[in-house]
Amino acid sequence: MQIKVLLVDDEKDFVETLAQRLEMRNFDVKTALDGDEALGLIRESDVDVIVLDVLMPGKDGIQTLKEIKELKPLITVIMLTGNATVNTAIEGMKLGAYDYLMKPTETESLVEKIMSAHKIKAEHEERIRQAEIKDLLKRRGW
Amino acid sequence: MNSKNLWTRLTKGLLHDSDDDNANRYLILRRNIFILMILITIIPLIIMAVIYQHEYQASLKKEIVNPLKTLANKTKHSFELFLEERLSVIRFIASSYSFEELSDQKTLNRIFKALMDEYCCLVDLGLINKKGIQLSYIGPYEFLGKNYSKQSWFQEVVVKGNYISDVFMGYRQFPHVAIAVLRRTEEGRYLILRATIDTSKFDNLIASMGLDQESDAFLINREGILQTPSRFYGKILDQYPVPFPRGNYGSIVVEEVDPQNRKMLVAYAPFTRSDYIMVLAKQRSALLKPWYTLRSEMLFTFAISVVTIILVVFKLTDTVVKRVKDADEKRELAYREIQHTHKLSSIGRLAAGVAHEINNPMAIINEKAGLMKDLVSYDDQFRKKEKFLGLTDSILQSVERCKEITHRLLGFARRMEVQLVRLDLNELIQETLGFLDKEALYRNIELRLQLTDNLPYIFSDRGQLQQVFLNILSNAFAAVEDEGQIVITSWEEDSDTVGVSIQDNGSGMSGETLKNIFDPFFTTKQKGGTGLGLAITYGIVKKMGGDIKVTSKQGEGTIFTVYLPEKAKIVPGE
Repeated sequence: MQIKVLLVDDEKDFVETLAQRLEMRNFDVKTALDGDEALGLIRESDVDVIVLDVLMPGKDGIQTLKEIKELKPLITVIMLTGNATVNTAIEGMKLGAYDYLMKPTETESLVEKIMSAHKIKAEHEERIRQAEIKDLLKRRGW
Repeated sequence: MNSKNLWTRLTKGLLHDSDDDNANRYLILRRNIFILMILITIIPLIIMAVIYQHEYQASLKKEIVNPLKTLANKTKHSFELFLEERLSVIRFIASSYSFEELSDQKTLNRIFKALMDEYCCLVDLGLINKKGIQLSYIGPYEFLGKNYSKQSWFQEVVVKGNYISDVFMGYRQFPHVAIAVLRRTEEGRYLILRATIDTSKFDNLIASMGLDQESDAFLINREGILQTPSRFYGKILDQYPVPFPRGNYGSIVVEEVDPQNRKMLVAYAPFTRSDYIMVLAKQRSALLKPWYTLRSEMLFTFAISVVTIILVVFKLTDTVVKRVKDADEKRELAYREIQHTHKLSSIGRLAAGVAHEINNPMAIINEKAGLMKDLVSYDDQFRKKEKFLGLTDSILQSVERCKEITHRLLGFARRMEVQLVRLDLNELIQETLGFLDKEALYRNIELRLQLTDNLPYIFSDRGQLQQVFLNILSNAFAAVEDEGQIVITSWEEDSDTVGVSIQDNGSGMSGETLKNIFDPFFTTKQKGGTGLGLAITYGIVKKMGGDIKVTSKQGEGTIFTVYLPEKAKIVPGE
């Protein structure tokens, strides 16, 4: 099963190229150029990992992050940042983002982080499923 | 004209910076202030001293002259009174007795006796008729029948009615004065009564003046013949040797130099009814003794004042000029530092902006190149695969380098968060050296540590201090040849400062390099230097409240000295 990744950055060139590269590495990639577009995509479809730029015109990364977490708390988010905004990325991590990456990114480390982020999410979901099964079994009285 | 020029130059030099170069400027300033201060203090002092001396001299003279005059006048009056008294007695006798009675020896004798009882000093008494014949005479001489008609005094008494003679030596060599009165009787006859008076009484009158050793009082006649003995100018009937004012005048005081070369103040008081002049002479030096004392005291005070003023002004000028110089230097230094800080901060802002803006296109390049690489490496049929992979790799490497540069730029610009911890500077230095051990070993560089034991702990930021020493040490490593030497010394500078110096025997720096060494983007390294290392170092040390100094000589080496306060005083960033 492909991991579903959403790239959010205001630089069209950047997201598109990165999307292609990730697709080549067998990811299912969607792109969004701002926060609102990203939120719309999340509502419509299923997403595992979001790579979110901190600095964007309109809704900024932190605000978008908050809304994503409200909407779908289980989605793991990796913050993408320049040097000047490391602090913002850290703030984002405090708000529930999984990790951050410095631009320009090394593809290998991005892939690695997406994988582990997905793993966390998958484990999390697995635990929820287990809990649900337990609950179900309890109710059945077995 | 000349003095005007001088004044203009002086004030101009004082009020404005002169055109001369710096070292001279302070010398000239000092000289000008000194001269001006001396002038404005000493000139009034001199003027005051001169005026005071003049005024005092004038008033003193008045004070000396007036009593002299008064005394002379008083004594003159005593003399006149004495003579007038004698004259009036004779006049009285002449008028109360008839010609016949007076020409009678017996009656005359009786009158003479009575007078002798009443008035002292009478020597003789005689009657002379109109023709100048002595008709009767009581006294020690044989004057009876003597004819006086040819003598000048006789002529005078006939004209004036009375006569007082000059002093002459008479009986038994005593000085005498003759007095005579003329009376016209009812019958129209003339009678002239003549008496001689012993002038020993004159001496009493002079003695009663109570004169001191430096003074002399005596009578002279209009010809300058001494009528009483003088202490300075000889005995009776000698010529008074000093030229004196002739003619009619009231009493006056003149300054004279006598034959003995003494400066004298002399009061002359001419008699009104006779030809005598009362003379009172006093030595000027005696009179002016208080004046001389005062003058020498004044001179002494003046000299002391002048010396004091000069000393004080000198010292003051010195202090003032030194202060001015200090202030100038401080201003210059502060100005330079502000300039530097300003430069750093604006460069910092610029660097941050540039770094940030470059990051995004750099990210795109990175991804595009990455995609190219991906495409090429996934396509097995691609013909020039190796070549393309090499190209994309070098693009990616360049991006990596750019990333490194922007990272450093931001590191330089960013307001670093400081974490103060208690740390041992020696330990920190050794720790930092750990990073460079390998290179030292490899290049055979001698690292000599001269660390002072028991160096006080300091509170500072460990990471940033490590950066400081690492930067300086890297530069030292770059400067020395293989087998060079680097000496690291630490010491306690004062109660709350520790110092660390890092000395290498490398290539050293030129003055021009030294001037720019802490400026950002200044580098002498051929490649790989960003020119930020020492700028960051400078920024950190300053932020920690410390100071950094560098001395260098080309070909001999460089010494960096870092001073750190025991408790970092965080200076707010720009």
